[in-house]
Amino acid sequence: MPEATLTAGAPPAAGRTRARRTSRHGSNVWAHVLLATGGLVMVFPFVWQLLTSLSTNAQVMSVPPVFWPGELQWGNYAEVFAKLPFLQEFWVSVSITVVRTVGQLVLCSMAGYAFARMRFPLRGMLLALVLSILMVPSQVYLIPQYQIVNGLGWLNTVAGIAAPGIFSAFGTFLMMQFFRGVPDSLEEAARLDGANPFQVFVRVMLPLAGPSLGALTIITVLWSWNDLLWPLIVSTRAESMPLAAGIATFAGRTTTDYTVMMAASVLAMAPILLLFVVMQRRVIDGLAHSGLK
Amino acid sequence: MTSVDRSPRAGDGVASPARGSTPSPPVAQAGGPRRSRRRHDGWWPVLFVLPTMVGVVVFYLWPIVQTGYFSFTEWGAFGGQTWVGTENYVRLANDPDLGTAVVNTLVYTAIVLLGIPIAMVVASLLSRPGMRFTAFYRVLFFMPYVAMPTAVAMVWRLIFNGDFGILNWLLGLVGIDGPAWTSTPGFALVAVSVVGLWTSLGFAVIILSAGLRNIPPELYEAASLDGATAWRQFRSVTVPLLTPSVFFVTVITVINGFQLFDLLYALMGQANPAIQQTQSLVYLFYNEAFLRNDKGFAAAIAMVILLIVGAVTLLQFRMQRRWVTYA
Repeated sequence: MPEATLTAGAPPAAGRTRARRTSRHGSNVWAHVLLATGGLVMVFPFVWQLLTSLSTNAQVMSVPPVFWPGELQWGNYAEVFAKLPFLQEFWVSVSITVVRTVGQLVLCSMAGYAFARMRFPLRGMLLALVLSILMVPSQVYLIPQYQIVNGLGWLNTVAGIAAPGIFSAFGTFLMMQFFRGVPDSLEEAARLDGANPFQVFVRVMLPLAGPSLGALTIITVLWSWNDLLWPLIVSTRAESMPLAAGIATFAGRTTTDYTVMMAASVLAMAPILLLFVVMQRRVIDGLAHSGLK
Repeated sequence: MTSVDRSPRAGDGVASPARGSTPSPPVAQAGGPRRSRRRHDGWWPVLFVLPTMVGVVVFYLWPIVQTGYFSFTEWGAFGGQTWVGTENYVRLANDPDLGTAVVNTLVYTAIVLLGIPIAMVVASLLSRPGMRFTAFYRVLFFMPYVAMPTAVAMVWRLIFNGDFGILNWLLGLVGIDGPAWTSTPGFALVAVSVVGLWTSLGFAVIILSAGLRNIPPELYEAASLDGATAWRQFRSVTVPLLTPSVFFVTVITVINGFQLFDLLYALMGQANPAIQQTQSLVYLFYNEAFLRNDKGFAAAIAMVILLIVGAVTLLQFRMQRRWVTYA
């Protein structure tokens, strides 16, 4: 870490290095100015959203803008529950997120393990088939997926929204990459003790896979919570939509109820943003390692 | 996905006798005699792989084939498809909406790509020696990436509002009369793209920061021993060694750019008079497939999206030799 080298005191190569360091350190002021300005632009919409969610509609529509609403309108948040089926939508969001995440953790780790460390006929071909999906934009399978869900009578249900997302080529790939790197000796030792492959997988391999499972969890939770297109296709009633679709639909119906819209958006984003702020290191590292949403 | 783990599979080539303890019917005898088998896996792989394979085939692979077929059919009002040959593709080729959607998607992607140079500046500022509060800045820049697009789009609607939006108020301060951003063709696409840039900037910053961290410090030491100036070091060490990360971010950004839908849908709304001139490829697909219920035609659009995305990605990988340096 660069910070450590700086605070660790000047190494023996005294004079010149030291001078260069201080000059660099001095110019860090400009770096801070630039980053703080950029950071302000990045967070401004969030701050503005929070402020308008606590304003009156008249304040929102006033020119010049009212930056501080004065008396905070907490009532806007109460109105969210009256004007939107917010709790039902929240419940749908939570349900599809849990179902997809648990499903992917189980299925992707099992398939990833088998592709990485087991020998079976057609392994290469099956793997190529799974990975080929990664290159295909989702539009290419959405219409038949809709037909399946419709045929099962699963429109407007949690099962229908969650089902296709339980399976993931990307998750399988991610887990496979991890299991490929695990040393063989651990597995062999468990085998010698008489454990069957499933026991080896559960007792030896899964405990090692924590960071990868964590990354997969983060990606799946984020994507499930925020996804719009698929839920929009398979849910038509507001109360059976997840929040992402529910808010977009509400905004499509009413264009003037700004403050309630802002309050609803804040509530919809809040769980994920709070989780992110609490676990920021792990989220950022997880996403950086996997490289995809 | 560019950095595929290339380490040899642990255990390959390690000869070990098959374990007698595992139940192993004489199936799965793949792999010739030269490949020393570690063990018999028997039916276990089936248990591990079958659920995923079934899901993948039912929900993804077979649907891909079906969509290919559907693109040559017309759908009746009450279900049932009739083969119409290439009619959907001919109709699509003559549909001005396709051209509009392609151009809009490209413009959007191009504007979002402008975030990469910005992200390079941010990442290099964050990696300066002695820089403090980097975790804090990273959170600020990354927040839009994790936030729900439909929810943040709501506040951007307010910011871009033509009558009382804060953007037009700011522009007014310098004497510019701003348009109704989200409902004027042209301006609407710029507005959507700016929000797209804002949401994806953090991702590029994170990837490029990781790329910067992976440059061995010895290279800078060697360069400065050779008397290279800071600028020279940046040009000859930083830039070439960062190109793989830039390439990765570019590929991901382009793929995501072609998927533009959420922001467009949430920022403009279906009832927006400017939506037809602003629609993206995915919006065009959604509209035809699920609003106008013209699924055969929409399947043809999906196939065209597949073709375009495939061609663009292939092109990027072809071009990478020209500018990406792998150490």
